[in-house]
Amino acid sequence: MSIKNNNVVKTEMLAARVRKHIVDMTHRGGSSHVGSGLSIADILAVLYGDILSVDPSAPRHDDRDRFILSKGHAGAAVYAVLAETGFFEAEKLKDHYQNGSVLSGHVSHKGVSGVEFSTGSLGHGLSVAAGMAKAAKLRQKSHKVFALLSDGECDEGSNWEAILFSSHHKLNNLVAIIDYNKIQSLDSVEATLGLEPFADKFKAFGWNTIEVDGHDHLALKKSFALVNIEKTRPTVLICHTTKGKGVSFMENSVLWHYRSPQGQEYEAASAELQVSIQQLEESNHA
Amino acid sequence: MRDAFIDELTSLAEKDPAIMLLTGDLGFGVLTEYAERFPSQFINVGVAEQNMSGLAAGLALEGYKVYTYSIANFTTLRCLEQIRNDICYHNADVTLVSVGAGFSYGQLGVSHFATEDLAILRALPNMMVVAPSDPWEAKVLTRQMALIPGPKYLRIDKGVGGSNENSADVSLGKGRVVREGLDVTIVSIGAILSEALKAAESLSDIGVQARVISINTLKPFDESIIFDACRETGGLICIEEHTEIGGLAGTISEACLTNGITPKFFSRIGLRDEYPTIVGDQIYLRDAYSLNAENIISIAQSTLRNG
Repeated sequence: MSIKNNNVVKTEMLAARVRKHIVDMTHRGGSSHVGSGLSIADILAVLYGDILSVDPSAPRHDDRDRFILSKGHAGAAVYAVLAETGFFEAEKLKDHYQNGSVLSGHVSHKGVSGVEFSTGSLGHGLSVAAGMAKAAKLRQKSHKVFALLSDGECDEGSNWEAILFSSHHKLNNLVAIIDYNKIQSLDSVEATLGLEPFADKFKAFGWNTIEVDGHDHLALKKSFALVNIEKTRPTVLICHTTKGKGVSFMENSVLWHYRSPQGQEYEAASAELQVSIQQLEESNHA
Repeated sequence: MRDAFIDELTSLAEKDPAIMLLTGDLGFGVLTEYAERFPSQFINVGVAEQNMSGLAAGLALEGYKVYTYSIANFTTLRCLEQIRNDICYHNADVTLVSVGAGFSYGQLGVSHFATEDLAILRALPNMMVVAPSDPWEAKVLTRQMALIPGPKYLRIDKGVGGSNENSADVSLGKGRVVREGLDVTIVSIGAILSEALKAAESLSDIGVQARVISINTLKPFDESIIFDACRETGGLICIEEHTEIGGLAGTISEACLTNGITPKFFSRIGLRDEYPTIVGDQIYLRDAYSLNAENIISIAQSTLRNG
């Protein structure tokens, strides 16, 4: 086992806690998209734990980095990371999906501190992020704008409009992150509407294109750091991920796009994630 | 009307660096001066209206007062979900500007007929819906709209309503009584006001005095001007260059029924629930689909005779 620096352990702990919340939330809500949330837990933990300049005590500060979850169906993961990083009490996560709650299945900003933009229909977030990035450049602000998309979402043509626009306008302050777990709603990406050669497509569109293991915190951090030296191009991080990551029987399974963890399945998932948290705590104290 | 809008926007942009005009690669010759004078307040985003609407939301949430410009249904229906989710739900300060109300582009075919826009945009929460009757009114309304943050729709007509310029009488959200009368009321929206005025003139010749109301804002809607007409005049005929579903007639019907106020009679002139199959200039198509003074006159005559 390689020696990890404290920074990686910190964000790995954050990811593990986010995963536990996601499973608890989708269990309580009887809701879908547990696999989609688990897939991005590491990306979110690295972003909120290390990369994004955001302040829970001043969530609308003008200099904050903007983060848009374009794959809004993984809202539970964003709510969880916001709660874990101090934007609101983790207790509030128990409202997710409940009658009268503001914590909707698809991420919404209304009444939820820290959510930059509401989504849920796919193919919206990148255009909005490009608008924000363009505004930042016009206003000579130095913050960055991040948009996290799913792979299936890249079927939406509107993304490709935004991809054209962003390179044409040299939005080097824009970072698209693709959760490339290779599984979409009904089947694999390749069987549904293949994206390969995916990286080549972004390169051909003039983007700074980086492929990275979306569960390797150190690699993610290094990749995000590369954005800082990019002078003219928007950056895309194509994150190779595993849908359902962290719960062995949910990994790489189409089933867990929609299935909600209940009964023994919930108990097993919960126990597995609890073990992960304990192991990380032990390695942290070792 | 299109030039009046851009003239006014140019004056606004001179004073306010937050004004940002996006076009979906349309406005040849129309936007040129603006684009040259305010290069940092203008982006031709290309032929990509979904992206344009998302960009507009993003720019607006960062403090810009954004205008999206294109023709026909391209700033509206093409990107309706971006308007709903990104602009309206976030209450972003974006004005959708569509040139080509109704049959303005009559020769171009059904793709270029903006004939369902009022009904569809009116249904969106937070959205203001504005349809000036005349170029001078478009100028005044553009100025007034700029003072109100939030999502707005500006429907630009090629036709000219023909009402006398009276800027003091124009107020966003308020209808205008363009002609006084008590026998019947003709209500119009947009430049088809010209047909209402023509009908009122002819009716006057046969002793029928028609009140003519021009509605410039469908939402929020000036109910009181309609309720007054219901109480004071012999009935309502409304005319719109738009489907008869959900636009002016729909708004009036909802307002009246909801408030228990009934006109002595009510008749609507609009496009039937079917697509036009022929082309022609705006006047030709109005006639072809009976959106004209003759139809108003014949309804008024037969109703008043029977009444």
